[in-house]
Amino acid sequence: MSDDVWSAQDTTPEAIESALRRLLRERHAAQPSLAPARVLNLIVVVDRDLKGEVANRLERVGRYHASRTILCVVEEGRKTLDAVAVMRFESSPGGTLCVVHEQVQIDIGPVHLKRLDTIIDPIKVTDLTTLLWAPHGHDDAVASILHMCDVVLRDSDDDDEPSDGLAQSSELLEAAYVVDLAWLRTTPWRERLASSFDPPERRAVLRHVHDLSIRHNRTSKASAALLAGWLASRLNAQLGAFDGAAESGRHGTARIAGEQNEIRIHFEPHDQEAPGLAGVTVAWGRDSSLSLDRSPGGLRALQRGRGEEREWRILGASRGEGGILGEGVRQALLRDSTYGPALSAAREIAA
Amino acid sequence: MGAVVEQQSAQNPLVEGLERLPVRPTAMVIFGATGDLAHRKLLPALYNLAHEGFLPERFDVVGVARRDESDDYFRQLARESIERFSRRQPDPAVLDGLLANLRYVAGTFDEDRVYSQIGQVLSDFDQQAGYTLNRLFYVATAPEYFPVISSKLGAAGLARAEEAETRIVIEKPFGYDLESARSLNQQVLRVFDEPQIFRIDHYLGKETVQNLLALRFANSLFEPVWNRNYIDYVQITAAEDIGIEGRAGYYDGAGALRDLVQNHMLQLLSLLTMEPPASFEANRVRDEKFKVQSAIPPPTIDQVASMAVRAQYGPGVSQGKEVPGYREEEGVPPDSRTETFAALRLHLANWRWAGVPFYLRTGKRLARKVTEIAVTLKPVPHLAFQSKGSVGVQPNQIILTIQPDEGVSVSLGAKIPGPTVRIRPVQMEFHYGTSFVSESPEAYERLILDAMRGEATLFTRNDEIEALWGIIDPILTAWKEDTSSPIPQYPAGSAGPPEADALLQAGHHWRKL
Repeated sequence: MSDDVWSAQDTTPEAIESALRRLLRERHAAQPSLAPARVLNLIVVVDRDLKGEVANRLERVGRYHASRTILCVVEEGRKTLDAVAVMRFESSPGGTLCVVHEQVQIDIGPVHLKRLDTIIDPIKVTDLTTLLWAPHGHDDAVASILHMCDVVLRDSDDDDEPSDGLAQSSELLEAAYVVDLAWLRTTPWRERLASSFDPPERRAVLRHVHDLSIRHNRTSKASAALLAGWLASRLNAQLGAFDGAAESGRHGTARIAGEQNEIRIHFEPHDQEAPGLAGVTVAWGRDSSLSLDRSPGGLRALQRGRGEEREWRILGASRGEGGILGEGVRQALLRDSTYGPALSAAREIAA
Repeated sequence: MGAVVEQQSAQNPLVEGLERLPVRPTAMVIFGATGDLAHRKLLPALYNLAHEGFLPERFDVVGVARRDESDDYFRQLARESIERFSRRQPDPAVLDGLLANLRYVAGTFDEDRVYSQIGQVLSDFDQQAGYTLNRLFYVATAPEYFPVISSKLGAAGLARAEEAETRIVIEKPFGYDLESARSLNQQVLRVFDEPQIFRIDHYLGKETVQNLLALRFANSLFEPVWNRNYIDYVQITAAEDIGIEGRAGYYDGAGALRDLVQNHMLQLLSLLTMEPPASFEANRVRDEKFKVQSAIPPPTIDQVASMAVRAQYGPGVSQGKEVPGYREEEGVPPDSRTETFAALRLHLANWRWAGVPFYLRTGKRLARKVTEIAVTLKPVPHLAFQSKGSVGVQPNQIILTIQPDEGVSVSLGAKIPGPTVRIRPVQMEFHYGTSFVSESPEAYERLILDAMRGEATLFTRNDEIEALWGIIDPILTAWKEDTSSPIPQYPAGSAGPPEADALLQAGHHWRKL
């Protein structure tokens, strides 16, 4: 990778935007096969002390780099803007097409947060999807720029109380599309449950499920609630009351419309290194159940029923936490209509 | 492309919103499991599907080939293929998991014992699962084995399974000419029903080829001009910079026309010119393709000389290196008349396209590797601008590049900055690499998954196969019958033979490679 760099102290958004255009023009003149990526703007608002950690996470998104990343670094007491703009590209062998990504870091102070929109607006690329990520809060900055963002990236698992994290996601969902990393942690589990209950004879038993157990990392309570919320919303189930502390495992019930049986839902905190879910068990009928548990190279499936037990492995590589941020960036260009209903149900579970 | 998914979504409430849709548990049987296609494409594609979590929750593979070897041998072979050709670094745990589900059956394809052994292994898989897995037979062998494999599968009772779907994927070339394609269709259809048969052309699995449909039918910009009133001519180019790469045995019997024109290029032409289908259900799309293929009048033998050109590459310089001519390649007879270059001019006899020439050209050892479709619009009717001091106003072109840089570009006339109004063409470009963050999956990954799902839109139906051979057959016959005219030669590394220019109508020209 090669970089073209521009930097300035006490600068202005107009100067930053002008520098970006100049860098691109100069680079294109030197290397005509170069083309700027034009997929999405990513606006990140971070505390100066935690900038390194966020920068590392952004580095690890692999091929899912936003085309223009605008990193706003908030520094106590700062009154002026300093900026560094970087054009990052690979040299193209034999004149083949080469893509350039633009990264801008702007050092700002708390004084800028309330009207951050006036700083960002001139710098973002018009007409591209704009994704906002504020992992350290900065509600005033979010409120200022939300109107110009199409998508908000957040992690409902970031809050100690899942009810708080889910409530914030819900609030943001009214203003923009939300890509929730807590929701993305449930994706392989949702896919595998959908697949396991896809054969016609299995679809029928979905209405007779009586137990759902979700095992999860202690830091991923919102993910667990979202998985349960997803299943409840997809099955059109009404949720009952939920009890128990999140730390020791909540439990409650749900009832599918038109069905007599009650679904008992249990959450079981589980000690595992990776954030997210550890396993899920769905039980139906007299003695039938299917358990899916995290294992190397995919999920271990265990099916019980009619006095028999079968075990097998469902293949799939873990993306890991490094991969989940990149997946969040990719999801900003898609729309998942099932998140909203799952989120509403998850809020009831976590309340 | 969408109907199977929509149907699934309607019946399974958990499917909505998911990108990776359920695929019924499947056992895949690969005939020719130790061959080049399995080695380079199929096994790495299966690994990538496993890595991404696309494979069904239960997935087993049986490799069938002549070598008298064991399961462990096949697993080791598959491991080497995947480690060498996978588009991503294999995850050891996923790879081990996939290899653990591989079995091997040794024998020749005409032995009954082989099929009873396959049946036994499939039963073992079913027993492990507790239900019958879908079957996907993938015939990745030389074409002469297609009929025997199909008929032996039928005789062994493997062409259908109770409570499960059985499908067969047949690689190209599907037939050698119209008669052999018809005969092969008949033989396979004696055993399998048409909805069970998936004739694969991996070009159709490429993102840009599928994007042709999106470009045409998801944008109101193009459809109004997509007809004889606005389009002057169309060129489809599939140029390769490599030679025959040691495949003389196959290539000298096939030639450029069979290798690329009969399948890939005519499929591109079909997608480019077909009418909008009522839905993207497989048969609706293939109905429209078939209609447009049927609208291409096959030439008479006498017409061939004026609408088709063949040539062979001679010695030359390719990518800075001196390379031999085709007839000097190892394994090629010195008097070979097999074409390494073919160019055609076709017309479509229908309302939309009457009078528009479609120029197709393909060749080996050309100047550059590129596959593209160039649609040239008619010039503006009156020009109010001066052309002095510039190249002037050129007709608009829409270029769809399939490879190497997948994308679309539109050439427009724009004013050159300055005090006078001078015009030159500029490019408005869309590149997959700059506009999407996702990596395109390999064509084989997409197509294997579609075959497992029973989604046939990107596969060729029996009537299409015969329609396409019907167009090509008279050209093959004319070239075969002409044993005396010299075959035009073009230097390796060049743009092809000048004889191809004779196909062009006045004012038309081949695009530079």
